[in-house]
Amino acid sequence: MSRIDQMFARLREQGECALIPYIPVGYPTVEGSESLIRTIAESGADLIELGVPYADPLADGPTIQEASLKAVSNGVNLKSCIAMVRTLRDKGLETPIVLMGYCNSFLAYGLDNLADDAKEAGIDGFIIPDLPSTMAKPYVEIFEARGLKNIFFLAPTTSEAREAAVVEQGQGFLYCISVTGVTGERKSLPAELRDFIHQARQVTTLPLAVGFGISNEEHVREVSEYADGAIVGSALINVIKQSEPHEIEAKAGEFIRTLKQATRKAATPI
Amino acid sequence: MEGFFGQYGGAYVAETLIRNLEELYGEYERIKDEEDFREEISQLLKNFVGRPTPISALHRITAELGGAKIYLKREDLTHTGAHKINNALAQAVLAKRMGKTRIVAETGAGQHGVAVATACSLLGMTCVVYMGAVDAERQAPNVQRMKLLGAELHLVHSGQKTLKDAISEAIRDWITNVEDTHYLLGSAVGPHPFPNMVRDFQSVIGEEAREQILEAEGRLPDYVIACVGGGSNSIGMFNAFLDDADVKLVGVQAAGEGLESGKHASPLLKGTHGIIQGSLTYMLQDEDGQILETHSIAPGLDYPGAGPQHSYLKDTGRVEYTSVNDREALMAFEELCRKEGILPALESSHAVAYALKLVSQLPKDALVLVNLSGRGDKDLSQAIAALEQLKNAEVLV
Repeated sequence: MSRIDQMFARLREQGECALIPYIPVGYPTVEGSESLIRTIAESGADLIELGVPYADPLADGPTIQEASLKAVSNGVNLKSCIAMVRTLRDKGLETPIVLMGYCNSFLAYGLDNLADDAKEAGIDGFIIPDLPSTMAKPYVEIFEARGLKNIFFLAPTTSEAREAAVVEQGQGFLYCISVTGVTGERKSLPAELRDFIHQARQVTTLPLAVGFGISNEEHVREVSEYADGAIVGSALINVIKQSEPHEIEAKAGEFIRTLKQATRKAATPI
Repeated sequence: MEGFFGQYGGAYVAETLIRNLEELYGEYERIKDEEDFREEISQLLKNFVGRPTPISALHRITAELGGAKIYLKREDLTHTGAHKINNALAQAVLAKRMGKTRIVAETGAGQHGVAVATACSLLGMTCVVYMGAVDAERQAPNVQRMKLLGAELHLVHSGQKTLKDAISEAIRDWITNVEDTHYLLGSAVGPHPFPNMVRDFQSVIGEEAREQILEAEGRLPDYVIACVGGGSNSIGMFNAFLDDADVKLVGVQAAGEGLESGKHASPLLKGTHGIIQGSLTYMLQDEDGQILETHSIAPGLDYPGAGPQHSYLKDTGRVEYTSVNDREALMAFEELCRKEGILPALESSHAVAYALKLVSQLPKDALVLVNLSGRGDKDLSQAIAALEQLKNAEVLV
């Protein structure tokens, strides 16, 4: 059983929702990145979505655009992201890690090389926001041959016919996009989200993780009532951005601990 | 596979957008051959845009160069002054029939933005235009026109602040407002079905020109030349000639300060395969797949990717792609003003510049058709300043 499957199975037994923070590699600094990722993991992240910095992230709002650009200008590329995971694994980190990045970063690296190097480094899968299920086949074939998972998306706009096709290809978990729009903090979660997740639950046994707009512990608590994972990106980046350099790790760790606590009060998912 | 030209094209976009793209493709396929849709478009093109646009022979330049005969297809004479209106009107009509009430668009040179704002004004739709802050500065007259036409203009301050960044913001807007909004993409780029749809709506250029030159000369041209940024005017021109094997097709990209300087906008000459803004195509990128900055005096050509069909036509060899630098384009800009009484857009000046170079090498009876995709009023202040700079520099040398 893969790290991702084990993690969701364990949490399901415990009646907990997975906390899935997103952080770009090399943000806010290259030197502090490894230690910050480890802090995030040790503070309660159940799976880490490591961002591969891309300067033109079409599905991201201003917060992640800025962080991603900062990491690019810090000189971070896909190769350094893979090296980062290798280092973390060498030092004993067992938290599941998926790389979140845009198609073109992966294409430029070469999909076969990517799959080989990612597997060897201890990466568990990929989240590629500009790779819809209709385009994914060549990628999935290469990833699957190495036991790497490609995480598929469901959006509020996904039709029933497409939902069936996505579910059929799904592996690891499904990334459920909470709202139409790009990533970024929001005041409240949409009222339809609960129904959207319940509807998806009818057609799949895969864990369902919700992302986009989850900004605070109330949101995480709400999502934990009906979903299996809560993905938090922009809100974490904003915590980091608002911290003095010397207190970034402490503040990020505290934020993750608070969010993780909010996942524990969940009712047992169906 | 649907939506591909060989290996190029596709729809590499967020899941959230797939429904809209599928809906757009389905509705477009359903409506495009319907009699009353075709009739509405052709009435608008005739009575509002002023089509057909003529072809004009360049008598003085032809006499002076002593070479082949050059004809210009006069898209500069359309209402709003560029070919962009053909696609903007047709897509706006389609969107309205699909029940959309709000249009978002990107613009580089401002010509597409003006065309979309015009179409929305005519059809009573809400219009939101994204424009790079740098482009807005160098195309000030078009900024004023868009505002006057009632468009809500958003300046984009991310990235290089030019066309690519404007497209990204327009796509983000569309992801957010999927229900009531149509994204009216102005070039033959982006995810399926845009490259097909934009080509189809621009094909009127080549269809008219082919008929007109047959009537004027009794035969097809030896060369058809058009500038290629994203590639909408060129694909609209080339499409009618693709099956005419004896007609050589030439796409002219922007060489900026020179292909070897790295400061250019010629993905079809210097680019590699990659995914940019929803489609797989030739693009300018570094070894990590980051999109490279582009340089051209013509904002409408200042884009790091080519439409996927152009990538395909490059590989098959049906179209020859070449480039013209800023200096050559400026000289052609001035030449056409001085000798033929035509003020071309800086984008179109690239196609003209290549034609001027080419004809002196051709036999006298050769025939060259150039798409003059737009007029240059928008470029006046920038072009005049650049020409003066050029002349001062050459005096010093």
